[in-house]
Amino acid sequence: MAASSEEVLLVVKKVRQKKQDGTLYLMAERIAWGPEGKDRFTVSHLYADIRCQKISPDGKAKIQLQLVLHTGESTTFHFANENSALRDRDAAKDLLQQLLPKFKKKANKELEEKNRMLQEDPVLFQLYKDLVVSQVISAEEFWANRLSMNSVNHSTSNNKQEVGISAAFLADIRPQTDGCNGLRYNLTSDIIESIFRTYPAVKQKYAENVPHNLTEKEFWTRFFQSHYFHRDRISTGLQDLFSECAKQDEKGLKSMVGQGVKNPLVDLQSLEDKALDEGYGTAATPSTSNSNRTVKENSNSAIIKRFNHHSAMVLAAGLRKQDPLNDQASETSSTDGNSRDSDLFQPPIKKVKLQEAIEYEDLQQEDGLKTVSLNLKKSDRYSHGPVPIQTQHYTTSQDIINSVILVQHEMANYKPCLTQVMSSTMASSAIVALSPGGVLMQAGTQQAINQMVPSEVQSELKHLYTAAGELLRHFWSCFPVNTPFLEEKVVKMRSNLERFQLTKLHPFQEKVQRQYFSTNLTGHLEEMLQTAYNKFHAWQTRRMMRKT
Amino acid sequence: MKLNIEGLLVYFPYDYIYPEQYSYMQELKRTLDAKGHGVLEMPSGTGKTISLLSLIVAYQRAYPLEVTKLIYCSRTVPEIEKVVEELRKLMEFYAKETGETNKLLALALSSRKNLCVHPEVSSLRFGKEVDGKCHSLTASYIRAQRHSNPSQPICHFFEEFDALGRQVPIPPGIYNLDDLKAFGRRKGWCPYYLARYSILHANIVVYSYHYLLDPKIADLVSKELAKKSVVVFDEAHNIDNVCIDSMSVNLTRRTLDRSQANVETLQNTIQRIKEIDAAKLKEEYRRLVEGLKEANVARETDIYLSNPVLPDEILQEAVPGSIRTAEHFVGFMKRLLEYLKSRLRIQHVVQESSPQFLKDIYEKVCIDRKPLRFCAERLRSLLRTLEITDIADFSPITLISHFATLVSTYSKGFTIIIEPFEDKTPTIANPVLHFSCMDPSIAIKPVFERFQSVIITSGTLSPLDIYPRILDFRPVTMSSFTMTLARTCLCPLIVGRGNDQVAISSKFETREDFAVIRNYGNLLLELSGIVPDGIVAFFTSYIYMENIVASWYEQGILENIQRNKLIFIETPDAAETSMALEKYQEACENGRGAILLSVARGKVSEGIDFVHHYGRAVIMFGVPYVYTQSRILKARLEYLRDQFQIRENDFLTFDAMRHAAQCVGRAIRGKTDYGLMIFADKRYARADKRGKLPRWIQEHISDGSLNLTIDETVQLSKHFLRQMAQPFRREDQLGLSLLTLDQLQSEETLQRIAQIAQQV
Repeated sequence: MAASSEEVLLVVKKVRQKKQDGTLYLMAERIAWGPEGKDRFTVSHLYADIRCQKISPDGKAKIQLQLVLHTGESTTFHFANENSALRDRDAAKDLLQQLLPKFKKKANKELEEKNRMLQEDPVLFQLYKDLVVSQVISAEEFWANRLSMNSVNHSTSNNKQEVGISAAFLADIRPQTDGCNGLRYNLTSDIIESIFRTYPAVKQKYAENVPHNLTEKEFWTRFFQSHYFHRDRISTGLQDLFSECAKQDEKGLKSMVGQGVKNPLVDLQSLEDKALDEGYGTAATPSTSNSNRTVKENSNSAIIKRFNHHSAMVLAAGLRKQDPLNDQASETSSTDGNSRDSDLFQPPIKKVKLQEAIEYEDLQQEDGLKTVSLNLKKSDRYSHGPVPIQTQHYTTSQDIINSVILVQHEMANYKPCLTQVMSSTMASSAIVALSPGGVLMQAGTQQAINQMVPSEVQSELKHLYTAAGELLRHFWSCFPVNTPFLEEKVVKMRSNLERFQLTKLHPFQEKVQRQYFSTNLTGHLEEMLQTAYNKFHAWQTRRMMRKT
Repeated sequence: MKLNIEGLLVYFPYDYIYPEQYSYMQELKRTLDAKGHGVLEMPSGTGKTISLLSLIVAYQRAYPLEVTKLIYCSRTVPEIEKVVEELRKLMEFYAKETGETNKLLALALSSRKNLCVHPEVSSLRFGKEVDGKCHSLTASYIRAQRHSNPSQPICHFFEEFDALGRQVPIPPGIYNLDDLKAFGRRKGWCPYYLARYSILHANIVVYSYHYLLDPKIADLVSKELAKKSVVVFDEAHNIDNVCIDSMSVNLTRRTLDRSQANVETLQNTIQRIKEIDAAKLKEEYRRLVEGLKEANVARETDIYLSNPVLPDEILQEAVPGSIRTAEHFVGFMKRLLEYLKSRLRIQHVVQESSPQFLKDIYEKVCIDRKPLRFCAERLRSLLRTLEITDIADFSPITLISHFATLVSTYSKGFTIIIEPFEDKTPTIANPVLHFSCMDPSIAIKPVFERFQSVIITSGTLSPLDIYPRILDFRPVTMSSFTMTLARTCLCPLIVGRGNDQVAISSKFETREDFAVIRNYGNLLLELSGIVPDGIVAFFTSYIYMENIVASWYEQGILENIQRNKLIFIETPDAAETSMALEKYQEACENGRGAILLSVARGKVSEGIDFVHHYGRAVIMFGVPYVYTQSRILKARLEYLRDQFQIRENDFLTFDAMRHAAQCVGRAIRGKTDYGLMIFADKRYARADKRGKLPRWIQEHISDGSLNLTIDETVQLSKHFLRQMAQPFRREDQLGLSLLTLDQLQSEETLQRIAQIAQQV
């Protein structure tokens, strides 16, 4: 078989594809199907290529599974085993359900990441064009150590950016009638995740009941039937699996309300200064008993409650991920001794809000940009920079201030010692040596390159430098050569370098020589390449010697 | 900058000034010069408060003998605190410019709940509990008991204040509520009583309306404030309702039942005291015979509500003999209660005037007018004599006594309505006796008479001339100021019909119409797609909102809206709504965008600002008419017609429009802010409605935007929002809607400023 080394996760026999019997294989990275009696696959899809899977509704005679690819093509498998067709299909479906999201995310993420990097970094983009598009090195080689490098750099900022939840995700599950008094809901893994993230209580229920008490399907069926989902319907049965969730939500809402609000300006309860005592005023006293509210009114207010809760949960789900980090930060800050002073710099929220409320930005003279107040954990460290721990002698800011004062003091009382000064001839010769054109300032006589060469040549040279630098980086990163893979790579890199010299550097050199005889612009580049060749040569001879 | 307002040097703590602020200060100065009252309307968010403060403080400094005190009344606690912060800013500017330290004392006063520093008492959540607990620690007889019984718990903060606090006045400065608390903690003095004591000699007092308008509280707190004060009512568009509320009483069967229990407790206590300490009751009797008011010393900490009638109506004579002894009085109360109970046992609605009621009570149970008038005073005296600790328990009987005093004192301006059941639930008996004040001028009259200048100001006071009429006073200045704008940052649009050409309106006949509800939904849906960040929508009433939300839910409109923004909805529960509000702001803050569905006349519409991205669009669904079937309202309308020649419809429209303006005005704060104001009802297009909107909104309604469809609205909104999103720099404003000192001195600008104020 073509890829026998791959791990096979599931084998389903008697699966038809295009009216041909065969066997379906689910492997670690792809799904494949081969006709009976042949040992090759006629159908093979990488999971990463699959957009989604669809299954035939229950009760249909044919039990099928359809894979839709990103390209829009689709492949349909018909499970034909009489006894266990349904079971086979479900097994395949479940496994796919687990596998697909992983690959989907990975593929998308990688592409996105690459795209982003190229867009953000024009130098990199140029390099990509120089090296990959002109086929000096392959794209994989180009990305090989870029991505890993970047993923380290960016992982902190990237992974955290979690996609929020659409507020209307429940609306996206449009029920469809299937003609025989039933409703069909289409659930995708995204929606399920949204439900779980927004309603942790449902997730908990799911974890408790699936798969030992209920199948997944039953669980969701019950969910959609429940009073919980249709909150406007007044609860009738206590049997409801989700009645507990509703209670939990109620509790959550209550505790949210109980916590009160941080911003005193929106706290409606303490808005009123002196409420009228009970019984005064013209406003009719609201009927306190709930009993005389009609059922309809009750359900209306339930809807309102539900919307408030839903919006709050959706909002919270978007923010939840960041919280643990913040907590951590605050925890660490509380461990180091002088975290207290950071509190002192932050005025209490009420003061800030009040100040904000009375501010007229256009009446004031602009006082520069609004700055963010610096949140210092250790102000000493901020003003000195990180101090290596091993230095025994730790200078506090007081020491520094003292020494500055000392120096100032000395400067103020400075008296030139006229007997020990240099003779005037020596002094003037030193000045000459240090002036432009002097012995010590030789470099200054050279004309700067940017005045000699036109800008397009300059930019071309720049590109050459970055390209060469990239290749050389690849080359040098192979040393020390201690694995066969690296050996192979170093050889390849050398040929890459040679190709680069041939296809890029030489034409440029010729062009430059045609126009500017005097300067050798590429000398340094060649020098670098030569060094690389020398190294390679040395390594090769050593290897040959060892072999013989 | 330093301004010259008609010869008065005014320090203004900013480098630039809006032209309307300058104009406002001019008008204000004229009012103070004339020692009269004024009505001033200036758009919200144009720096009304700081203009007021700057001018009045400057006036106080220039003429310290003419104006001794500024009493600034605002509505909510955050508003009060904001005023004090603005004042602090002003005083800092003074200190910087003049170099002298500030000699002014300014402080905020609020209820015990916001000022208490006692560790146990302040942890209580409700204002009433705090008051009750405070009373149980500081009442005069508790403190007297302490002498004999040292284990009696008392409040050390109060004791410290009582011992030391009055001798040395609080050092000059600006004291916000938190500053008072901090000061109190430092000194170990009770901040509440310190503040109450200090308002007598403070130069500036900031507190809420009730301390001046509610006679029960005003008598305790504001009695001794100097006559030469300037009183400012900020956000005064609802002042008439505050006045009415403070004089009205509702009695339910529950109140009566609880009063019955109170009376029994009183009787038992009297019995007990008689056995142990008969001298106490005799002493009280003697005092009442002499007609002496209780000595003032002990009064300060006693929180029995004071007499509910206005000071000039209180009889300065001895309590009549029939209720002088404690037992007789309790018997008298019992009879009164029985009578009231019998009145509540009715099957049909009864409406009568105070004299009718008095005649009936005399015929039925032989209760005379005079003892009724003393009811409140007598009960207060009794409660004090009996040393009742838990004063909150006795609020029902206090309420009854207040009712008795009010009904026998005022023969005009009040009405009694007894309803056997609520209109919505005619099957459930729930009798209520409404004793309703119909004339707001009764409560505010003493304020106008007592203080030399009273300024009524707000962003929405249109039409201006109605306020002097319903509050019955003669102002020397009445002005409405426009908002000078370099770019039209408000965009009022009147949506009259849906895309299907069906007229949209919250009119009673059509409000349940599906087409109307659907069109309202579509309007919100379309706007949710184009307006960035926050949208606030107001409905005419809570029930209407519930119904609409339910049908939007059924029609799937809400789901579609959710694709664009999160939805938060006001509920009757204040805590829940606060949470929703905070989440709403959070969602606006983090870029998700949200919609807040809310109710006109609700707490949100009255107290919360939706500045900048918190409210890029306000939608007013329908015209927020008050519930017109209410008998109390009908009685009031009748009274207004008879007494003030204000037609019912005029008043109703005025009331609806001031609330609508209040709602849409919440979105604009300052000239850098911008927002859509969408009036979704075709009735807004009519001249009588539109004409009652504040001038600064009216000006921007073009004739072309009077009867828009939803599509047209969306087009106009898109255009507006795109324009507003362009950078807006100071240079664009300068000279037009923002002035430097130099520009202010040019003749041309001054002429232009003169046009900003529109005298009525």
